[in-house]
Amino acid sequence: MTDSDKSPAPGAAPDAKGILIRRHGLLTRVSHWAWVIAIFMLVPTGLQIFNAHPTLYIGQQSGFAFDNAVLEIGARQGTKGPEGYTVLFGQRLDTTGFLGLSGGATRPDAVAFPGSMTIPSFRDLATGRVVHFFFAWVLVGALALWLISALFTRHWRALVPTAADVRSLPRDLTAHARFRFPRHRTYSPLQKLTYFSVLGVLLPLIILSGLAMSPAMNAGWPWLIDLFGGRQTARTIHFAAMVLMALFVLIHVVMVVLAGPINLMRSMITGRYRIDREAGP
Amino acid sequence: MSRIVLSRRRLLGLGAASGAGLLLSGCDTFDFLGKRDHPVRDLLEGANQLTEAAQRLLVGEGALAREFAESEIRQGQKPNGSVDPRLSSADYAALAARNFADYQLTITGLVETEKRYSLAELQAMPARTQITRHDCVEGWSTIAKWTGVPLSTLLSEARPKPQARYAVFKCYDLLGRALYYESCDLKDAYHPQTIAAYGMNGAALPIANGAPLRIRLERALGYKMSKYVHTIELTDSFAGLGLGKGGYWEDRGYDWYAGL
Repeated sequence: MTDSDKSPAPGAAPDAKGILIRRHGLLTRVSHWAWVIAIFMLVPTGLQIFNAHPTLYIGQQSGFAFDNAVLEIGARQGTKGPEGYTVLFGQRLDTTGFLGLSGGATRPDAVAFPGSMTIPSFRDLATGRVVHFFFAWVLVGALALWLISALFTRHWRALVPTAADVRSLPRDLTAHARFRFPRHRTYSPLQKLTYFSVLGVLLPLIILSGLAMSPAMNAGWPWLIDLFGGRQTARTIHFAAMVLMALFVLIHVVMVVLAGPINLMRSMITGRYRIDREAGP
Repeated sequence: MSRIVLSRRRLLGLGAASGAGLLLSGCDTFDFLGKRDHPVRDLLEGANQLTEAAQRLLVGEGALAREFAESEIRQGQKPNGSVDPRLSSADYAALAARNFADYQLTITGLVETEKRYSLAELQAMPARTQITRHDCVEGWSTIAKWTGVPLSTLLSEARPKPQARYAVFKCYDLLGRALYYESCDLKDAYHPQTIAAYGMNGAALPIANGAPLRIRLERALGYKMSKYVHTIELTDSFAGLGLGKGGYWEDRGYDWYAGL
């Protein structure tokens, strides 16, 4: 945090409810909303692309004459008519109505992820790719912008968990479990750990595993595909990282709602955040 | 102060409501992006140029696609797209009936000398064999061994004119209601791994995989690697070819460079 973050915003007198501080810099706010838009478009277009071949494998190639699949979504003729199925690590699940076969009995649609989860809602790999790659650039651009500004303003320090954070992690976990969210100047240990993992690990993993699927990049940066252990493994990791990202977004939104949506949304739009007066740093 | 906070609250409320509305309406909201001539889609398609430029910059002209060991060939090459042009082309059916003994590859367009090669002539030329991974735009990959004539050899014999920019590959197969075709620029055409392949996994190229001749463009997706090629035409633009985007799938909304 910079020094200016530690003083109350000009004109904001401390009141009974707490004091307003400057929480988020402009670049943090801009990149946050760029990520929101990018992820909102990337996930449904990614599912559209996945639907073109809804099987994930381990290694360089896809096993058609051998089995190296870890996830397969499909439709088949069951005893009681067509059914959708999902095979995860060899475990077959009946997912009729959601994965593999959706649309109900009147308009059955044999598609891996249902149209309500893809962009476009109909099968259109070409459009899925066009939109996916555009917003991939938005995601990468926003991350680059944020990283540069975070290095410059030393904002990254606010996200790196310290030894003290690790020590107070159990207490923070208990507080979260009890839905107690005190408003401090700094992030709580759990917040630091989460935001650091998402920005420092998950987003780079998503970008690099995406690049590792490019046959052109494979020629230019052979180390990248070796890092992931093959093109099909990279595709599997890309998908798994998307699931983690979707999970993060879900929990993040729920936490915002629970911890004071007005104050938190304001802080990510105007930059100002009200903290508890008695709260320490 | 309180008035400002109130208006911010209203703003936030409006934002949340419209966000929820967008979610509830489902992804039909963005179906307009599927319209091939929609201005927003055109705008988003602009990112393909950026992607191509970034890849050309990072990859470099001469970088080679990875070549694999024989032990990595664990299955046949999965056929995709057209698998039997005998059903749609009488000319092709006649060639296939005589095991392509009458086949001719024509190199034409912006060249100093138009060239024609029979399959036997191509097979007598110095060959290149490479075991590479084939990456389909759908997402799957397979590894196979390809044998053929480097395209650079053929183009050098025909001698491209200075204004030639693209090599266009014209094919026998009718997919839907249009003939398949593809193109690449001359840099990629002269890449050492770009070959006109007549052999696969140590045998003659099967019909399902593009007999008698298909292009291997190893740093691109599968749809760039035309099968059943009869003509290589050097051009300076894509005007007058298909819908003018440089390839069968490009005409249907896919990107031309296809490196990702």
